[in-house]
Amino acid sequence: MKYMIMMHTGQDATEGIANWSQQDVKRHIEFQHDFDRELREAGEMVFNEGLTFPDQARIVRHDGQGAPAVTDGPFPEAKEFLIGFWIVDCAGPERAYEIAAKASSAPGKDGQPLGIPIEVRPIVGPPAADA
Amino acid sequence: MADRPIEDLLRELAPRVLAVVARKYRDFDTAEDAVQEALLAAHLHWPAAGLPDSPEAWLVATASRRLINMWRADDARRRREEQDWEPAAASAADDTAADRDDTLQLLFMCAHPALTPPSAIALTLRAVGGLTTAEIAAAFLVPEATMGQRISRAKQRIHASGEPFRLPSGADWRPRLDAVLHVLYLIFSEGYASSGGGELVRTDLSKEAIRLAREVHRLLPHEPEVTGLLALMLLNDARRDARTGPHGELIPLPEQDRARWDRAAIAEGVDLVGGALRQRAVGPYQLQAAIAAVHDEAAAAAETDWPQILALYGVLARIQPNPMVTLNRAVALAMVDGPQAGLKVLDTLDGPLAGHHRLAAVRGHLLEMAGDRPAAIEHLRAAAFGTSSGPELRYLLTEIGRLRDAP
Repeated sequence: MKYMIMMHTGQDATEGIANWSQQDVKRHIEFQHDFDRELREAGEMVFNEGLTFPDQARIVRHDGQGAPAVTDGPFPEAKEFLIGFWIVDCAGPERAYEIAAKASSAPGKDGQPLGIPIEVRPIVGPPAADA
Repeated sequence: MADRPIEDLLRELAPRVLAVVARKYRDFDTAEDAVQEALLAAHLHWPAAGLPDSPEAWLVATASRRLINMWRADDARRRREEQDWEPAAASAADDTAADRDDTLQLLFMCAHPALTPPSAIALTLRAVGGLTTAEIAAAFLVPEATMGQRISRAKQRIHASGEPFRLPSGADWRPRLDAVLHVLYLIFSEGYASSGGGELVRTDLSKEAIRLAREVHRLLPHEPEVTGLLALMLLNDARRDARTGPHGELIPLPEQDRARWDRAAIAEGVDLVGGALRQRAVGPYQLQAAIAAVHDEAAAAAETDWPQILALYGVLARIQPNPMVTLNRAVALAMVDGPQAGLKVLDTLDGPLAGHHRLAAVRGHLLEMAGDRPAAIEHLRAAAFGTSSGPELRYLLTEIGRLRDAP
């Protein structure tokens, strides 16, 4: 089964990392680096990317006529932003939750687990094999 | 193990064979596919059967057969009537002038002005570099089907442009050569910027760009900018191993372990750029190489000859004025005359580079030099939020942490 594992953070959290000590930042980076390597070595990583900070997001709308409108995003009402994602191919939902739990526990300030919410979504796949 | 020499030989022959077949049948698009198939056939056949007497002639013959089969499979009759082709007498004899022109023609075609940079890069790597579509796709981390389509579209665009398969001449020569060098530079930069991915297995684009630049330099030894580009690549690549830490983190030049720099590459680069500059036709690649050479020749960061770097940026700013050159010059100026002088130059960039993360990063560092830590953090933060480079983002966040920690 393939899953998209999405890391969301609020504006506070993204601002937060700019308030950490150098040791906190390094610890966090090492964690992410090792986490990605473990997924690759387990043969479960399909694809992963980190996204830029939401300051660089733009929202495009087009009604099919005239020029498309490009505005600063994300949506003003949004409280949380996608900051990175993994696509994994693993045995089933239990394993996907396990992966997500690890991602959620990434160390933050003073090495404390961040506990950030991680969204796990199954990716639509091919139809089941004919019996 | 024994495959290595065959693979190297194939990649060396690939552009020559393609040029011969493309010229003979006047169909670059199909010739490119046919040569790829011939290379694959050689790859499968030669290790067991041994090298043919003339590998190049074998490849030309095999590719020609494949091309004709493709034409047949296509609507060959229509094509032949339209194109009125006449196979020229192709001799794969040792004709160095022909060899020279063949590879250059391919390079010029792949750096065609009708192509976007990603397309030109992909086509150059395949047609001249002899890489497979799968290898190029892996290097750019895109699916093979996407890369195949990109290459195929690029060939169609060239075909549609109706450009004849020959070397540009007269007023066309210089800008087209510049375009070729730019494509090689982009290939190098792509590999250089992404190095440090750690475990990710990627075709080594930097090494590939250096190989191609060497080839162009061999064919055009008296073009100082070609020499300059090769030197620039070597002088930067020499620092590559020292540039990333164990977790893929970026290590900036002043903090690199200089014992890990590749001395042989530095010596070769210094030698090349020296020779190029003596030809008295200075250009941007030579100047950037000369600046890289000054960095590489300093035994320690503190011994860097900043006045010379500043002078070189001054020349570069005259012949190729642009905001990025000004930005780099501001750093050199700060190192020579102090941070305030550099910051003053940065103020002139607020218009042209408004909101650019590189401007914010440099300003942050110069403010730190000037002792204004809160302002430095503010600008490094803006840089971190503005960059789209992962290693740079991680580096900037670490730098902010360092400034916060400082007593």
